[in-house]
Amino acid sequence: MTGKISVDVRRSFPGGAGVRAAFDEPLAPGGVLVLFGPTGSGKTTLLRAVAGLDRPDAGSISFGGEVWFDSAAGVHVPPQLRRVGFVFQDFALFPHLSARGNVAFGLGGLRLDERGGRVEETARLLRIEHLLDRRPAGLSGGERQRVALARALAPRPRLLLLDEPLSALDAPTRERLRGELRALLHHLGIPSILVTHDRVEALALGDRMAVLVEGAVRQVGEVDRVFGAPADEAVARVVGTENVVPVRLAGHEGELVVAEAGPVRLLAVDPGNLPAEAFACVRAEEVILERAPGAATSARNHLAGVVDSLVHEGPLVRVTVDCGIRLVALVTRSGAEQLALAVGVPVAALVKAQAVRLVPRG
Amino acid sequence: MDVEALRLSFTLAALTTFALLVIGLPVAAWLATSRWRWKPLVESVVALPLVLPPTVLGFYLLVAMGPMSPFGRAWISTFGRPLAFSFEGLLVASVVYSLPFAVQPFAAALSAVDPRLVEASHTLGVSRLATFFRVSLPVSAPGVVAGAVLTFAHTLGEFGVVLMVGGNIPGETRTLSIAIFDAVEQLDYATASRTALFLLAVSFTVLVVTYSLRRRPVLG
Repeated sequence: MTGKISVDVRRSFPGGAGVRAAFDEPLAPGGVLVLFGPTGSGKTTLLRAVAGLDRPDAGSISFGGEVWFDSAAGVHVPPQLRRVGFVFQDFALFPHLSARGNVAFGLGGLRLDERGGRVEETARLLRIEHLLDRRPAGLSGGERQRVALARALAPRPRLLLLDEPLSALDAPTRERLRGELRALLHHLGIPSILVTHDRVEALALGDRMAVLVEGAVRQVGEVDRVFGAPADEAVARVVGTENVVPVRLAGHEGELVVAEAGPVRLLAVDPGNLPAEAFACVRAEEVILERAPGAATSARNHLAGVVDSLVHEGPLVRVTVDCGIRLVALVTRSGAEQLALAVGVPVAALVKAQAVRLVPRG
Repeated sequence: MDVEALRLSFTLAALTTFALLVIGLPVAAWLATSRWRWKPLVESVVALPLVLPPTVLGFYLLVAMGPMSPFGRAWISTFGRPLAFSFEGLLVASVVYSLPFAVQPFAAALSAVDPRLVEASHTLGVSRLATFFRVSLPVSAPGVVAGAVLTFAHTLGEFGVVLMVGGNIPGETRTLSIAIFDAVEQLDYATASRTALFLLAVSFTVLVVTYSLRRRPVLG
């Protein structure tokens, strides 16, 4: 089921901050659109408006050719009729019902003898068969998340909406479930929109992403493109100064893993359980520049290249180096002066193996 | 002890509690969710019986039920007998008098329900009314039960309004508290003390039950 989501809404709040956001994205089955932004950027407001839980002051929302909201025409389709699945940040499971009762909750439209089968089927997909008779209070964070997903998916929604689905979990559980969630979302056959402020989550789970800054959508594109080439300074500030390079894992060298980006080989610490395709992320602050290839260093990655551009940012200089891949380094002004950096000057970029973080991409 | 008065008091309390579940829950649900600017007005009307002397409330109810008021006249022409000084009149008065004792705990319990549970239900295709019965009410059940128990106990012990509206007709409007008053008037202290002790025991038990319910966390 392919649908296009068109959102162009305005919503103001008594506090003064408001949302004035527009985007227009085709959503493929199994595709994940990430709404990315810092706290207070309006991404949850936007998600709630898509679900019909919040009514914008003005604008329009449509999905798959169906108008869900249009202030000019006075249309506001209630959430009950939108057939979306919504996964809340803290899961919002019904405390008085068992996991089975939660999963079956939205199956009122099904014949009674079909409901049990649908619950079992959804439980198998999420691997929660053994939890069905427990109350939410007796479930761990990760188990609650899977029950919440099952509850949202059981009525077979046309669109799945997830509000920071991993942020209520402790760090080890989050790491473990991130990969599971990615596989699930991509195999569902329905599109998802996911809200997050976590870069690793955006990279690992998203296909495309929309960056929100102060209530406005500033950039929409492929996840790695947005990280690699922020459209403007505001986006760059939000996504961070991060080098994101799509890589293929090509075996090990000692204890380190070899990641190939075209002709360039990067050595990284192996986080384990990586698929062949991944993103290598390097913070610009962690790229060291050296004028001439000289003495041996402890950094495992030495990449020779030439300076492509220099941008002064207060006490720092943002240097883009073309070394087969484009790598951004953030160095001090005095450091840049000492190396006499200028466009076209040959340099070597040094990156420690542990500064290369590998994030799976699916 | 006056068994007839005992039965009458319990019947009255049970029917009042039932009526207030039917009337009070929608009012409480509205109070818990509404953002209407004149809401304090409605809240004040609901709370009025808490601060008004029972005689004032009883007086107005009596006037409203009497043949001088349109409501009283309509009642007489429909049922063939006046509402004042009848069991039905007593029931109407009790419902009004106990309104805050039901609505306030109901509203407190319902507004403590996490709004996301309600929203989750809506996104799952469940109507607002069905969501109330399938989510809001079960989750706030301890508070609602506490409110119902308080209403029952409060009605059991009311005196002023009953006297104003119902008078003292055995088997029709003579409740336990009126029976105590009667016994004291006749200097029958033995009967008065038995009845008073009984009401004290019932009230204390009810409060113990209410506070235990309140301490228990929401089911889950």
